[in-house]
Amino acid sequence: MARIDMQEIAHSYVAQPEQESDYALKRIHNTWDDGGAYALLGPSGCGKTTLLNVISGLLTPSKGRVLYDGQDVTDLPPEKRNIAQVFQFPVLYDTMSVFDNLAFPLRNRRVAPDEVKRRVLEVAEILDLTPFLKKKAAGLAADAKQKISLGRGLVRSDVAAILFDEPLTVIDPQLKWDLRRKLKEIHEQLKLTMIYVTHDQVEALTFAEQVLVMYEGELVQIGTPQELFENPQHKFVGYFIGSPGMNFLPCTLDGNMARVDGVGIPLDDKMAAMGQKARGRLELGIRPMGLEVHAETVAGGVPARVYTMEDQGSFKILTVKLAGHTLRARLPEDHSVTQTDVWLRFPPHWTKLFADDRLVSE
Amino acid sequence: MEKWENNRAWFLVLPVFVIVAFSAIIPLMTVVNYSIQDIFGPGNAVFVGMEWFKEMLTDKRLHDALGRQFIFSGLVLLIEIPLGILIALAMPKKGWKASASLVTLAIPLLIPWNVIGTIWIIFTRPDIGLFGVGINSLDLLDVPFDHTARPSYAWVTLMAMEVWHWTPLVALLCYAGLRAIPEAYYQAARIDGASSWAVFRYIQLPKMRGVLTIAVLLRWMDSFLIYAEPFALTGGGPGNSTTFLSIYLVKLATGQFDLGPAAAFSLIYFLIVLLFSFIFYQALLNVGKGEKSV
Repeated sequence: MARIDMQEIAHSYVAQPEQESDYALKRIHNTWDDGGAYALLGPSGCGKTTLLNVISGLLTPSKGRVLYDGQDVTDLPPEKRNIAQVFQFPVLYDTMSVFDNLAFPLRNRRVAPDEVKRRVLEVAEILDLTPFLKKKAAGLAADAKQKISLGRGLVRSDVAAILFDEPLTVIDPQLKWDLRRKLKEIHEQLKLTMIYVTHDQVEALTFAEQVLVMYEGELVQIGTPQELFENPQHKFVGYFIGSPGMNFLPCTLDGNMARVDGVGIPLDDKMAAMGQKARGRLELGIRPMGLEVHAETVAGGVPARVYTMEDQGSFKILTVKLAGHTLRARLPEDHSVTQTDVWLRFPPHWTKLFADDRLVSE
Repeated sequence: MEKWENNRAWFLVLPVFVIVAFSAIIPLMTVVNYSIQDIFGPGNAVFVGMEWFKEMLTDKRLHDALGRQFIFSGLVLLIEIPLGILIALAMPKKGWKASASLVTLAIPLLIPWNVIGTIWIIFTRPDIGLFGVGINSLDLLDVPFDHTARPSYAWVTLMAMEVWHWTPLVALLCYAGLRAIPEAYYQAARIDGASSWAVFRYIQLPKMRGVLTIAVLLRWMDSFLIYAEPFALTGGGPGNSTTFLSIYLVKLATGQFDLGPAAAFSLIYFLIVLLFSFIFYQALLNVGKGEKSV
């Protein structure tokens, strides 16, 4: 087990990178603590897999260093790094039995046969693979195959971290739940560092203690699921996390008020003060959950027109138009809106200001 | 379910049936017809039953030719399959080098068969051929090299020709098979600490099973039916040393005009090819499929 430090990592697949856009990873600098459960969340093509491959050693970064427990491993190949990786599609040695598949990494490292047998049986027990041990790996279902891929990582007693590259892509929805629970269980039981790459926010938020959101080769925010939801540091986080994503309205500042095409929205004093100092294009952001919808005029309320209402079962999504901008509000199931003209209230603690896509700060 | 009284669906099968009948079944039946009769001339035929088959099955020259044929095809498979795999493994994976090696490799496959015979005859001639003159000038052989001089010389020339001509096909098939393996397999193997032998044994070879099946079948059938090369080189000599089944068959049928025995021989020949193709196919399909105990 180990603490993994990424120091000023940048990577480009272009031989002679010239501009910013040549880099798949722009500047990654962070620490993965020993025994942590992390999710790396981001859209396809944002550099998640590249980052994972840099950690595992499949890729050597163009710039920067990777440290395991303070030791520089940047130039070490994956087999010398004590890392395990589970890929998007199950990778198995088709001609081997499940037992041999699990034993493979140990046998390659010349572990004594007794020890191999003991470790394999132990791991098979944890992963519920014991009944399949003598079967050919090729004939099993996708979830069992993915468990075998994971098992090949777990059998190694020296493994520092397990990396998952969208491991549940090919698994049926029901089994996804089971497997995700299994992963959490294994994490609690073995206290291994786990880094889980996904583009599915539900997966990321349920699996991890810390979620790292990646966007265009950068880590835009690191935090607990709650922090990401309540205080998105970047417009992308607001938009990517939560369903539906955050509402954004271009605005200007007028004292403690944000003006959206002439409509005044009161802000938190502190937020407004930081907004005054911020440079760049200003936008106001609010979570659909935070937006209040009233049937009658309220203090600080602004008039809006109802566009559509979707019943999602346990909640309703109301789409409204405010001064030509479309906003979404998430309402409880019992809250019904019948008229077309409503008043919206932006509670100050839910209302955030973004300057050039980033949350305004001191 | 209701059954169709007048099912016209068989009309759809008819074209294929007609094509197969004319391309395979009817020609084969004429051979069967010849194999059970002794035909002296038009309208003058005698039914002889299994006579020709008995004669052929006890023919020593046929046994010898069959033996040579097995040795030849066996050697072809033993040399071409491993060599093709090695070439495919050594080939560049991408860039202009990959394209260049693919084109270079394909050249022998594009040359007509009889031209290949001629090329190699000239190449190995002791008076003007590069190889023939070259090896004789080294003075290593007790009898100067000439592919008609000794059976072993004829065989070496023939094998070289065959390997040069057809190994590229095996290599191209294997190359295609190798390129189809997802990168994640190699990455997982690196993480598992697998040696390059283990990568070959447990990833590349199993993933190439499909293309190898095709390669083995094609090379088996093709080398078993070899005719043009030994015919062009020595016409089956020196002596009978390169008289393979097809060469003997043609001598029998068109040289001596023994159509009955030749027809019986053809059928036996056909069944041997079919039987071995089936055995290879089944063997490769099922290799490593059974359950293994811990």
